[in-house]
Amino acid sequence: MSILVDKSTRVVVQGITGREGAFHAARCKEYGTTVVGGVTPSKGGTTHEGFPVWNTVAEAVATEGANCALIFVPPPAAADAIMEAAAAGIPLIVCITEGIPVADMVRAKHFLAGTRSRLIGPNCPGVITPDQAKIGIMPGHIHTPGPVGVVSRSGTLTYEVVGQLTARGIGQSTCVGIGGDPVTGTSFVDVLRLFNDDPETRAIMMIGEIGGTAEEEGATFVKAHVRKPVVAFICGQTAPPGRRMGHAGAIIAGGKGTAAEKMRALEAAGATLVRSPAEMGATVAKVLGP
Amino acid sequence: MKIHEYQAKALLREFAVSVPSGDVATTPAEARAVAARLGGRVVVKAQVHAGGRGKAGGIKLADDPVAAERAALQVLGMRLKTPQTPPEGIEVRSVLVEEASAVERELYLSITLDRARSTHVVMASQAGGMEIEEVAAQSPEKILREWAHPSLGLADYQARRLAFGLGLAAEQFRQGVALIRNLFALYLAKDCSLAEVNPLVETRDARVLALDAKLNFDDNALYRHKEIVALRDTNEEDPLDVEASKYSLNYIKLDGNVGCMVNGAGLAMATMDIIKLAGGEPANFLDVGGGASPEQIENAFRILSSDPSVKAVFINVFGGILRVDRLAEGLIAAAKKLGLRLPVVVRMEGTNVELGKRMLAESGLRFVTATDMGDGARKVVALAKGSR
Repeated sequence: MSILVDKSTRVVVQGITGREGAFHAARCKEYGTTVVGGVTPSKGGTTHEGFPVWNTVAEAVATEGANCALIFVPPPAAADAIMEAAAAGIPLIVCITEGIPVADMVRAKHFLAGTRSRLIGPNCPGVITPDQAKIGIMPGHIHTPGPVGVVSRSGTLTYEVVGQLTARGIGQSTCVGIGGDPVTGTSFVDVLRLFNDDPETRAIMMIGEIGGTAEEEGATFVKAHVRKPVVAFICGQTAPPGRRMGHAGAIIAGGKGTAAEKMRALEAAGATLVRSPAEMGATVAKVLGP
Repeated sequence: MKIHEYQAKALLREFAVSVPSGDVATTPAEARAVAARLGGRVVVKAQVHAGGRGKAGGIKLADDPVAAERAALQVLGMRLKTPQTPPEGIEVRSVLVEEASAVERELYLSITLDRARSTHVVMASQAGGMEIEEVAAQSPEKILREWAHPSLGLADYQARRLAFGLGLAAEQFRQGVALIRNLFALYLAKDCSLAEVNPLVETRDARVLALDAKLNFDDNALYRHKEIVALRDTNEEDPLDVEASKYSLNYIKLDGNVGCMVNGAGLAMATMDIIKLAGGEPANFLDVGGGASPEQIENAFRILSSDPSVKAVFINVFGGILRVDRLAEGLIAAAKKLGLRLPVVVRMEGTNVELGKRMLAESGLRFVTATDMGDGARKVVALAKGSR
């Protein structure tokens, strides 16, 4: 089993006629994902690199039964694209777009609360269930199916841990990038809950970073509910306060959001902490046992 | 993005938030002229992007225009060192000269994003003038909070509740409510990430004023605020940071001697961490992004090499969208053009990694290769120490 995406996922790509959208739609399809087509307003009725294009997400839902939206729309229109997908009844929305204004996301997230849609991201690599569906920009070939659920705020650091796991012959149930922005659709707690309930996920690898309190909230959930081994790494242990480290959300402000605090909370919750990012795979191997 | 206090106060005025009368000056003579125009006692305030100016000697009272000129002469050109500046301080290039206010009470007011609730929060406290973090740590009950509705914004009753909580009454209450509402309107209209008034003051002549003002802006929203971008003062930023931002590179100068170039913010932070674990100190954070071009790689390499404190460079890339062969191409071009003055340790993984490794090996350049992050960190730290 897996969480969020599998063989039954039917993806519509919003912003498919853009460079990134077209490139990654093709890569997702190559991996075996069912990509039903794309949406670009006022280009409906055409085809783009072999994919049918609609004017609205609702048309993609009506014609092809799309049940997942993958968003590459540029930042000024991305929050609106999220709301359009939710209004069309898409249950899973994955937004890759980096650089959406925070105020736009505050409104979009409120809009989502009144719908049955779940948003992953924005500013994230997406979601992959190895050998079933890749919905995002991660390199598919480094993944392999198996028992470890991966959840992370960072993109390439997720590839790093997946690379380490696969190199040791340890596969992944599903890998979820929740994104590096201050306002995201899905939190660590949400994904930890899904992995905890997924019978085939035997261990959880969690990668956090400085800024905010999402890791601390995750730690509280782990302590109260999670009955599987959790391995955690927090990046930014050496980050200076007050400086935004690439991700809009990765900033130590007002003395809050340090890696040390997050590590303390996770350790107290029973998670196994990894200090060195080179040891993530080895630590998961240890907690999984032979 | 950050701006100066005098720029923030001009925006506040535009949104009808009361501030003391005043103007900016870049020479002592200008400061004297502003003081003469204002009449009476004035305050001369150093304009730098850092707090703690008063204790550092960057804020001076002056009784008349001649004293204001003298104060400006002292402050202008000084390197102001506060806990929020780099150790060498920031040079003061302008001062704000404004009327001195007769302060009855100092209060605190700010607006920012509450990440845990995904909406904007307005915070107010009667403990003004202090570091709000200290108040929050020592007596959290002294901080009032009102969370704005994510799409409807701050309701009037919330502004009233805050003003009552601040102990404002009569005419000052009316002014306080208007000030809170107007500051919130500014925060939203200009996509601020922080609007902080510390202190907000009640004066002896029954006015409510923003005595100090700090506005930070959401970088992601700057595309729709050209008027804010125009306020950027690159003198306040590290020259290498400014250079990097021209090429859309995410670069932050740090204190160590191991230069790093990484793709992705998380991996870049993790690389800094592993350098430290290996006994070294990172010289910078540098994220070349997910889809870096060979030109960006070249510019990134040039910026790293131009930092005199860098003794060795660690390039750590996990190629996903960024193909490893493209990285190798950019790297080889940069090294040929600029020369390999420093030892460079390269660790590459991901899409087209074999091709990338072959390109580096056949380039005839002396790159040190690493098998994984840990190996790379150990090698680069040893090289940085050896060449000291």
